[in-house]
Amino acid sequence: MNKLALFVVVITGLMLIYAGQDLPPFGDPDTAMYQHNMTQYFIENSESESGVSNIVTALLANYRGYDTLGETTVIFTAGMAVMLLLRRRER
Amino acid sequence: MTGILDVVYAEYNYWIYVALMMIGFYAMIAKKNLIKKVIGANIFQTAIFLFYVSLADITGGTAPILPHVHGGEHVEHAADVIYTNPVPHCLILTAIVVSVSTTAVALALIIRIYNEYGSLDEDVILAARKSLQPEFSEYARQKSVDEVSRQ
Amino acid sequence: MSRIQESVIIRTVVRIMVPFIELFALYVIIHGAGGPGGGFQGGVIFGAAIILYAMIYGIAEGKKRVSDALDRILASTGLTIYAGTGLLCILFGGMFLQYGAVPLIPDDPAKVSKYLIDLVEIGIGTTVAAVMISLFFDVSPPESEEGELPDYEGAD
Repeated sequence: MNKLALFVVVITGLMLIYAGQDLPPFGDPDTAMYQHNMTQYFIENSESESGVSNIVTALLANYRGYDTLGETTVIFTAGMAVMLLLRRRER
Repeated sequence: MTGILDVVYAEYNYWIYVALMMIGFYAMIAKKNLIKKVIGANIFQTAIFLFYVSLADITGGTAPILPHVHGGEHVEHAADVIYTNPVPHCLILTAIVVSVSTTAVALALIIRIYNEYGSLDEDVILAARKSLQPEFSEYARQKSVDEVSRQ
Repeated sequence: MSRIQESVIIRTVVRIMVPFIELFALYVIIHGAGGPGGGFQGGVIFGAAIILYAMIYGIAEGKKRVSDALDRILASTGLTIYAGTGLLCILFGGMFLQYGAVPLIPDDPAKVSKYLIDLVEIGIGTTVAAVMISLFFDVSPPESEEGELPDYEGAD
């Protein structure tokens, strides 16, 4: 048991709990996050704009399409990096 | 009557995530084994995913998938069905993929380190590194400086 | 050859189940537009099917089905499909990944967008499946130690 690590962890946890008191209750529909224009816009217009009934897919592939391209690149790069790191012994 | 227990109960999900996150954090900074550090990082990430997904939840809300529209008959759905917030779901889908990628690269690096040093323990690896490459060790450099000055 | 790999029950069940898992993976990828699913989830399920096969029938047998070269080709193909879809939209005068700009079906940009999102999901699924399989083959023990996995007590 590392005492210093435990001390740091407890202090960080207390800080997070202190900050968490201002967060909305679980399942509250009246949060700024849900009532924001952007969220309501996505729920109302994503099907007519992208033709996809799954809103998460519409967000992922249409509104955030560029981000998802980067994400695919990340996983591709990770695969290639692991290949480079571990396949050296073949030669 | 809103006592402290009501606040604790209404936001119980956050306290669970704080506990989970701190377990991962402790594993990351206190454990000497590299695999355990990666496991700690994964627990930490999972706590953050759960935090975001719980922020998206709405009481009585359903999954953000609109009912299928067949032919031309439009279902009046927007008014009477509550959907959970789709934006954090999308963010977390991205984060999960990045988490998988970083875990894969970290484990590959650990395999290489194990092949090189024959150990997963941080202290053993650092000691082996000091003996193999003394120029990396500040202590060894100081000692050699002292020896030179003594001569 | 470990005891798990020798078990007739497990070998038979895996041989029967793998095509169905792959079919389910394709369903999840294509269903991403209309229900729960998507390229990442379906790709991981597809990769898991091949990994299950390779775990039971041996790494060498698995590499015979999905070779390293095929892995690399598939991983880059998926990414190319995604980026190519984006560039196709530029070609037809839209912005990058503005699916509605492609005149596949006249006067219905939402429907074009749906089909191109399906195409993009297939690209994501291809990349994710190939990368998952490649990760498993990378961390698996080298060929010489093949089949010398330790026998776990009480595994049968």
